Amino acid sequence: MNGYLQIGYAQTALAGLLILANLVLSATLRLGLGRRLAIAALRMSVQLLLVGLVLEWIFALENPLPVLAMAAAMTAIAGVAAVNRTQRRFAGVYWGSLVSVTGSAFFVTGLALLGIVRVEPWFDPQYLIPLLGMVLGNTLNGISLSLDRFVESLVQRRDSVEATLALGGTRWEAAHDHIRDAMRVGLIPMINSMMVIGIVSLPGMMTGQILAGAEPTDAVRYQIVIMFMIASAAALGAFGIVFFTYHRLFDDRHRLRLDRVRKVVA
Amino acid sequence: MLSATGLGRRIDDGWIWRDVEVELAAGENLAIVGPTGAGKSLLLRCLSGLDAADEGRIAIDDKPLDAWQMPAYRARVVYLHQRPALREGTVEENLRAVFRLAAHRSKGYDRSAVIRGLGAFDRDASFLKKDAADLSGGEAQIVALTRALSVKPSVLLLDEPSASMDVSATEQAEELVARWVSEGPGRASVWTSHDGAQVQRVTDRTLTLNGAVS
Repeated sequence: MNGYLQIGYAQTALAGLLILANLVLSATLRLGLGRRLAIAALRMSVQLLLVGLVLEWIFALENPLPVLAMAAAMTAIAGVAAVNRTQRRFAGVYWGSLVSVTGSAFFVTGLALLGIVRVEPWFDPQYLIPLLGMVLGNTLNGISLSLDRFVESLVQRRDSVEATLALGGTRWEAAHDHIRDAMRVGLIPMINSMMVIGIVSLPGMMTGQILAGAEPTDAVRYQIVIMFMIASAAALGAFGIVFFTYHRLFDDRHRLRLDRVRKVVA
Repeated sequence: MLSATGLGRRIDDGWIWRDVEVELAAGENLAIVGPTGAGKSLLLRCLSGLDAADEGRIAIDDKPLDAWQMPAYRARVVYLHQRPALREGTVEENLRAVFRLAAHRSKGYDRSAVIRGLGAFDRDASFLKKDAADLSGGEAQIVALTRALSVKPSVLLLDEPSASMDVSATEQAEELVARWVSEGPGRASVWTSHDGAQVQRVTDRTLTLNGAVS
């Protein structure tokens, strides 16, 4: 049970015909999605083909610098994307998100590479890039959910937050229900996915390893490691952004500073 | 007791009010009046430290606001929002929750005092069992006022405190606050109200925004 069937560009293009089903449906039901679908399909293909080329180039270099540069770029994009998914912005939120993503994802991926998988050399992109990528994707999710929920609940329940402050509550006493809520919202998708993984869903990485010829039991152990990595990185990232936001939106005079928040139309 | 000098508040480029002087003595009830949009609520928020003033100084008992720990300051100068915010749960849970704040933990919830306070509104202990979500706007204001008084502040900043109350509850609230101010040393209240007659009834002095102190 080794190796796998290679797919050429012609075969890849053949799979592209499957999208015709979407196009036909969109046209007959007048969903008006045809254009967007075509663009999305095109973007997906071009982005992935480009990433494939870049990765192949980086793999061949066997040098830590380009690997780290790629990791930094992925992280930065995740940090920005996490904020862009939310509806309300305040000054510094991008930095907060970048620091939260970088801190949590690098810490967890680093620990896993050095301490658990014990990759030699440590920067081997065959391990570093996919592990970091999966951690980033989920951390991004956790951060954007927690951030969105935290700011949204402060805005929606401003009266109640300020009532606590007005009665002599500290900023922490006024915020902690909302902090707890935001953390829960950020972490629940990850907990839910751990509940049903392997039963309802077969995770992509494990499936990929099996397709590439790995023993299923090996693939499963990898998947378990990655799930733990994702869980801790998402928690650390969500905590980071919520903690940062707390300090931005409550000042040290125990005032709620919603004047710093503005709504963006997504 | 509570004093503010040269207070000014700016939004964007325009001053909402400027050179506002507040001098509140113990035992006094001060009204802040002015047309809608004159920034009456903003002034109360500034005095409670929920908003920063853009210029001027605020002090209580000659100790400037900057020298106070805000929770300790706000435990003495309690601001009541126009729209009271109650948490999920019964009225009693709402009244009890405030004593979990570090600023009030040492005081402890005094159920009999609360029931006496509610008596001023012709409500008895059964009112404590009501779900906060089922209260009318006026009842929520009663709870908020009771809650504010229960933490034994020095100054009450009342932002349209009876806007949602019916006539009898309004009179009861006015009486309650007046009695509270006169009964203890070092107590005072500041009111905003859209009701000119109420201002006449409950306050000793008037501060007009967009105008001079009379």
